[in-house]
Amino acid sequence: MKQKDPDLLLLHAPLLRQGMTTPSAMRDVLYALLPVTAAALWFFGLGALLVLGASIAGAVLTEWLFSVSEKRGESLLDASAILTGLLLGLTLPPGLPMWMAFLGGVVAISLGKVIWGGLGHNLFNPALLGRAFLLATFPIPMTTWTPLRGSESFFHVNASNLALPFMQTQVDVVSSASPLGLMKFEQEVTSLTNLMFGNTLGSLGETSGVLLILGGIYLWIRRDLDWRIPVSIMLTVVVFSGCLTLFDAVRFPSPLFSIFSGGLLLGAIYMATDPVTSPLTPRGTWIFGIGVGVLVVLIRVFGGLPEGVMYAILLMNAATPLIDRYTQPRIFGR
Amino acid sequence: MNTLRSLRRNFDHGVHPAHHKKQTEDLAIQRVPFVSDYVMPLGQHIGVPSQPVVEVGERVNRGQLIAKPGGFVSTALHSPVTGTISEIGDVRGADGVFAPAIQIAADPYATQQLESSAGVDWRSLSLEEFIDAVQMAGIVGMGGAAFPSHVKFSVPDGVQIRHLLINGSECEPYLTNDHRLMVERPEDLLLGAEIVRQTLGAEETVIGVEMNKPDAIEILRRHIQPDQPVRIVPLKVKYPQGAEKMIIKTIFDMEVPAGQLPRDVEVNVNNVGTIVAIADYFLRGLPSIERIVTVSGPGASYPANLIVPLGTPVREVLRFCGGLKDETREVILGGPMMGRPTASLDVPVLKGTSGILAFTEAETARPKEYPCIRCARCLEACPYFLNPSRFARLSRARMYDEMEQYSVMDCVECGCCTFACPSNIPIVQLIRTGKDALRASKENPE
Repeated sequence: MKQKDPDLLLLHAPLLRQGMTTPSAMRDVLYALLPVTAAALWFFGLGALLVLGASIAGAVLTEWLFSVSEKRGESLLDASAILTGLLLGLTLPPGLPMWMAFLGGVVAISLGKVIWGGLGHNLFNPALLGRAFLLATFPIPMTTWTPLRGSESFFHVNASNLALPFMQTQVDVVSSASPLGLMKFEQEVTSLTNLMFGNTLGSLGETSGVLLILGGIYLWIRRDLDWRIPVSIMLTVVVFSGCLTLFDAVRFPSPLFSIFSGGLLLGAIYMATDPVTSPLTPRGTWIFGIGVGVLVVLIRVFGGLPEGVMYAILLMNAATPLIDRYTQPRIFGR
Repeated sequence: MNTLRSLRRNFDHGVHPAHHKKQTEDLAIQRVPFVSDYVMPLGQHIGVPSQPVVEVGERVNRGQLIAKPGGFVSTALHSPVTGTISEIGDVRGADGVFAPAIQIAADPYATQQLESSAGVDWRSLSLEEFIDAVQMAGIVGMGGAAFPSHVKFSVPDGVQIRHLLINGSECEPYLTNDHRLMVERPEDLLLGAEIVRQTLGAEETVIGVEMNKPDAIEILRRHIQPDQPVRIVPLKVKYPQGAEKMIIKTIFDMEVPAGQLPRDVEVNVNNVGTIVAIADYFLRGLPSIERIVTVSGPGASYPANLIVPLGTPVREVLRFCGGLKDETREVILGGPMMGRPTASLDVPVLKGTSGILAFTEAETARPKEYPCIRCARCLEACPYFLNPSRFARLSRARMYDEMEQYSVMDCVECGCCTFACPSNIPIVQLIRTGKDALRASKENPE
């Protein structure tokens, strides 16, 4: 043969790979959240950008700080820290001081991810862990819902957003209750169209049901999302709250209201489906979803807080290893 | 109605790699000329190596027996060429391990006539005589596993094979050797099928062909004789459709129990190439001395489907096809999903070598490995419903016993999990490590 032998590699089969990589899956979730983020900016103005930016900055900076020095920055390329920061930001109230959002991002990455061993090893959803920390530490700002921007300029920033660290723990703004709060404490139902298109008070990312679902459909088409989890959560919520409504329609909200209010869609589509913290097995994901659904309704109806999605998901996160262990699939031919 | 049934026919899970068959699927099979030196390893099948019956310096004819079976799960070897035995000794194989082989120097002036071109009257043979004849013809599974075929035909007392299933799925990307065989030699395939079916006493022959080979399905259907109980079944294109237990599930909707064989559900599965080899032997007296090889892949200058005498060095086969492109980074023997890489082009083509595939930077560049994010894509890919992500973690932690508890030994190493992994974790390689360690600890318990 005329040419000399090429230096042959000895990579083992399979040589072929499907195109998707872990960073591209992370980026897909970021893309899916873009419309929701844009809606948050539209409804709440520049303040929303400050809160989101602060929580992303907290997450990214912590990831950078904790990575091995020679590989510093490399783990940022997988986009998971940005995603955690964005998801956390979307669960925060629009009037939250920036420093609190930043602190939330720091806790989400450090306690939620790094101490477990980094990406893929954490038991709890990091974004929700960050939020749980904020809710426990700053209960008032975390449940103070600033009104929609309305006719105000886009560049209007809530004074509370710019509060100095530790100087001011009370948020001093005109505020009112979120749809869930109205329902729980005053039995006042918010109209469904407002809930669907985001024209309500609430956390930055939870207000627009339609955009959240569209993003979920995009992820489902890209096969980045296990459809069983959002479907089982929502079915459970519909069935459970439907039963309660039949029992007492004034005290208990209708199933559709339960779906579209609060953080249920954001949680069910983007948080509970975090592959790291949800079960691997198909039967396990059904159990996980049903568990989240039941806990959401229980906490919302009987708990002290109007919202329960965060605790429901975190509790089921804790149950995930056990669910996996007991739902191993039947092996072919056994 | 039939189309509906064929659409529903399926096995669960599996993956969909791009086919990459366009380059060679319409190229007629060509014969590679004889070269000067041949290497016939004694262990080119699964089981006990063959035992040489010739000595150095002895003159052999093409098709003459050069090694006899070394046991029951073993098979005979024949000289692929007329020439002289030049050496019997250890030769480095594609896996880098030295193994005994018979080397033959071809006689450049010989006519390369077969030693005997008389067929065998298979109708007069009992099942035992048929099994002996298949063993002495050196016929093994030509799909790539190279499992001695006569072992498959010998069923224990009380078991009756009902279905002869011929595997024409060819689910590995790039390979088109079975496809060309079905298109070019349908009569021989159907005759070989009839020999096996009648000898085993099976009720029917089913030939499963993936739907990306419509010409093969059409041609085979046209050649079925009215008195032959043959069905051609189009199959969905999905990897690993050609795995024995998967194709049985697809066609008969039966699961072969774990640890058991197709004969336990009254099915006998053979590759298209094996059946044609049987026809070649019983009709023309041609033992297993050559096979069809697909040369393809982005690094191959002129892709081709070739008849290659066994023992021909890969280098000579590639030389016939214009050599490798300079961009070639890796050469795989077999298919891209389950084949083995080779470090040297001097290794010979064996009975199980279905393809010689040359790959370039695009296929061999491995992106960075990320941690497992438990996305469950490997679980959705595994056709045996195993949990590959757990195997990978356990293997890295050297917890091999725990791997066994999760039935790692049921894994056939089809590579679907690794194909599907977005974090680029070498799952199937880690599984192999675990299986090897388990086997080693079984053999030498401390």
